[in-house]
Amino acid sequence: MKFKARVHTSLKKSVLDPQGQTTLHALETMGFKEARSIRIGKYFELVLEAADRKKAEESLHAMCDKLLHNPVIEEYSFEIQEMPL
Amino acid sequence: MPTLSSATPITPELIAAHGITPQEYKHICEILGREPNITELGMFSVMWSEHCSYKNSKPILKLFSKMNSELPHQEHLLVKPGQENAGIVDIGDGLAVCFKIESHNHPSAVEPFQGAATGVGGILRDIFTMGARPILLMNSLRFGDLAQPISQHLFRGVVAGIAHYGNCMGIPTIGGDIYFDASYEGNPLVNAMALGIIKKNEIVRGAAHGIGNPVYYVGATTGRDGLGGAAFASRELTEESHEDRPAVQVGDPFMEKLLMEACLELLHTDALVGMQDMGAAGLTCAGCETASRASTGVEIDLAKVPLRETGMIPYEILLSESQERMLVIVKKGKEKEVERIFEKWDLHAVNIGEVTKGDKYRVLEAGKIAAEIPAKALADDGPIYVREEQKPAYLKDAQKLDLGIVKELKDFTAVLKKILSYPSIASKAWVWEQYDHMVRTDTVFYPGHDAALIRVKGTQKGIAVSTDCNSLYVYLDPFEGGKIAVAEAARNVVCSGAKPVGVTNCLNFGNPMKPEIFWQFHQAVAGMIESCKALEVPVTGGNVSFYNESPQGAIYPTPTIGMVGLLQNIEKRVPSAFQNQGDVIFLAGETFNEIGGSHYLMIEHGLKKGLPPRLDLKREQALQQFILAAADAKKLSSCHDLSEGGLALALAECCLKSTDDLGAEVGDLSEVREALRGLREDALYFGESQSRAVISVKLQYRDDVRKLAQKQGIALYEIGTVSGDALLMEDRVHLPVREMKRLFDTTIPNMMERSL
Amino acid sequence: MKAAVIVFPGSNCDTDCFHALRDVMKVPVEFVWHKERNFPKVDLVVIPGGFSYGDYLRTGAIARFSPVMDAVTKHAAGGRSVVGICNGFQILLEAGLLPGAMLRNKTLQFICKHTWIRTEENLTMFTGKMEPGEVLCVPIAHGEGNYYCDDDTLKSLHDHDQVVFRYCSETGEVGEAFNPNGSKDHIAGIVNAKKNVLGMMPHPERASEDLLGSSDGRKIWESLLNVLG
Repeated sequence: MKFKARVHTSLKKSVLDPQGQTTLHALETMGFKEARSIRIGKYFELVLEAADRKKAEESLHAMCDKLLHNPVIEEYSFEIQEMPL
Repeated sequence: MPTLSSATPITPELIAAHGITPQEYKHICEILGREPNITELGMFSVMWSEHCSYKNSKPILKLFSKMNSELPHQEHLLVKPGQENAGIVDIGDGLAVCFKIESHNHPSAVEPFQGAATGVGGILRDIFTMGARPILLMNSLRFGDLAQPISQHLFRGVVAGIAHYGNCMGIPTIGGDIYFDASYEGNPLVNAMALGIIKKNEIVRGAAHGIGNPVYYVGATTGRDGLGGAAFASRELTEESHEDRPAVQVGDPFMEKLLMEACLELLHTDALVGMQDMGAAGLTCAGCETASRASTGVEIDLAKVPLRETGMIPYEILLSESQERMLVIVKKGKEKEVERIFEKWDLHAVNIGEVTKGDKYRVLEAGKIAAEIPAKALADDGPIYVREEQKPAYLKDAQKLDLGIVKELKDFTAVLKKILSYPSIASKAWVWEQYDHMVRTDTVFYPGHDAALIRVKGTQKGIAVSTDCNSLYVYLDPFEGGKIAVAEAARNVVCSGAKPVGVTNCLNFGNPMKPEIFWQFHQAVAGMIESCKALEVPVTGGNVSFYNESPQGAIYPTPTIGMVGLLQNIEKRVPSAFQNQGDVIFLAGETFNEIGGSHYLMIEHGLKKGLPPRLDLKREQALQQFILAAADAKKLSSCHDLSEGGLALALAECCLKSTDDLGAEVGDLSEVREALRGLREDALYFGESQSRAVISVKLQYRDDVRKLAQKQGIALYEIGTVSGDALLMEDRVHLPVREMKRLFDTTIPNMMERSL
Repeated sequence: MKAAVIVFPGSNCDTDCFHALRDVMKVPVEFVWHKERNFPKVDLVVIPGGFSYGDYLRTGAIARFSPVMDAVTKHAAGGRSVVGICNGFQILLEAGLLPGAMLRNKTLQFICKHTWIRTEENLTMFTGKMEPGEVLCVPIAHGEGNYYCDDDTLKSLHDHDQVVFRYCSETGEVGEAFNPNGSKDHIAGIVNAKKNVLGMMPHPERASEDLLGSSDGRKIWESLLNVLG
């Protein structure tokens, strides 16, 4: 089966995010005073093959744990959708 | 552009949209003996664009080659302008330097980060395609008034883009020059210079020799990047240009680092016959130029070209400007050796064709001929136009300056403070601290010196480089301005103790179809040539960037000079700033009532008028000989040439750039004052008379230096001592070094931080 | 003492480290390509600076999986020395050979300049030749040198004397004003618990010759030579 995964990684809340802060400040300067906070992360679109949804999720967890995110400073989440053949 | 397919019929509108005139089209039909198809039309359109063919500038650029042939020491110029991708100069010990400067102005105006980054990528490829390892980068940048948000945006993006590419490549960006002026609003200039070192017997030519030799495509895959990029640079920027974003490419410095290492490894095999990078006009240019240089033919099959996108037609594949790709001509039988090297670096290396008999560049697609053009016609026989010239109407009024209306101000300390806080003058540390200027552990003089200086490991030698151009001078007097640009760049190199050995130039001008602009172009080149001849420095090559113009007007004519110098013994280098308390300070050279075109006049009186200072080449030669002799005899503690801001700024810079905040006491300038009757005080303190330098000398060498100056017949005035912690000039200037530094160091960071 | 310099696709400071070791310190040294699973027995492995894999995904994240890293891990486990400089430090962090992680500089800009670092721990094989608290002038050049670890890790680093260098002023004062990238506790370099693996952001190979502005970096090589002979 083919699956499309949308993975998000972002800095842990306890880690300072100067990029997010700078971007927020830029928005405020542009007049978007309603913006309250920004955290910046990464977005991956992965297409993978697996026997079933459960195996696909296991696979994704392994990929995230091993490479896609750094557990010291980042956390991740993902959603999977089955793709039509 | 309308959507094209290979079957698109050729209409007059399509021909015009490709920037080809009816006469040029007629010539194309004569060359082919038939009408071209759409693919061939596209190939002619990019190869015959101004950017690739220099069709409007060739008659003027020929003057450089003529000048070169009249210089002594012809044998040092190993590769001449126009022959290959970059020029090469012999530096002895079996080594040579390969260098060039190139513009990427229009893409940077639209997308500053990627425009600047790919500019760096392109110039680096021009160096390693010759077999030279790039060892340093410099850049010459121009932006509009820095107080404007758009200038801040462009400045920030361009610097970040250069840093991104150069740092990742591991090549130090060690210097350059940056100016801000309203004339560059909307038309930033990004001129990137690279220099590489090569063994004389390892120079690689971009020629497809040896019939039957395979032609390899190596590097990144081909996509739709920069389609029509060359044609894009040959039109003026308008509001609509911002829709032209697809014409700007995205660079991948990691890919280029791998490509560079793989290509340089090829040098150690005997599999390499020739190499050419794919830059402007991509596969079209690389294929026809290599064939033309060898007087052979080249045939390639597009089915073999690694593609990134689907559904690409021959037109797109041939005109694509995807970055980080090279064409390599391989010795038949040695294919495996080449493939092994590229495999090691995880790069594509695909046999896409071969060198053929005859003289055609033949492109196949699905077994059929998609394009077939005589290579020389495409590469070398583009049209040449002799453009009309006319002295511009603005000059008469612009050159008029009634010194009577220029009031001499009272507070010279205040004037100096203003000059120190002027963005064009203030510290550029905000810029060069973003560049890794130390990688390769060869950088000896860091940015901020008159010239950048690197050592050549394994020898005693040093290479000094400087980029320069006072474009206000060129605007007010193109001939003298061009003359001064070369002389000043040479002077900067000489001040570090190195002898100038070669010039590369990037000629940035407006629309050459306007007779007034072309007159500026011709005059500036003529001035440059006069200096090169007198100083005996050959022009090794360079680049022309026209159409730097928007509806608001053209930029100041800016012929940027990249000057390279050779220091035989790195131990004889001379720093720019004061070194020791107690050293004697001399002013070398004559001062005249010259405030026309000066920064002082612009900053304090709001005027960009008058004649720029006159350059007397005999006096300049004498000054340079004197400095080189004194440096060689190790008599100088420091040497700094005078330019914008004149004597006061030069002294201030010698203080604030010294490691211990050394001050200077310049108690009495009467000797200088009396040398010219009626010398204005502001001309003495801030005038920009040429052929002058501030040098500092240990007390025990004072007489030796005086003797050397006498020998060269140059005026030498002892004006003070390195002492204290402030700059004191008679009773007119009193400025603590710490205060100078504060103004100088914080100007640009303050302006850039506010804009976040 | 024999040394090896690992070369990844995108390493830039490999030839600089090689030159500092072979030509300046007269130490026999060889390059090891990242695809090698083994390398000849050496006393010191240097993981040089640069942009391995273009810093894509995260700096050092892909290089840590190169075949050679197994051999480097074994070499370290056997008590032999490893020095990771700049990108090398980043690779050691991603590989778990040192605790913590690297973030982007607080200023969000790449910074290249000479900085001062204070020797916090001189009882390691890398700092044996330094006095306690000795200040060295060594250049940095990085966009992601903002060292991060959680509070527990920081406490452990201090408890076990693993913080080796901290950014400081020319006179040795530690504080925010002298920290170029915002790193936690102004940390510029650390060792592992066994004190045989050093990771540091500043480049000692760029401060090994007076001609280049400072030769304070030599002390690290001299300390190693002193222990390894």
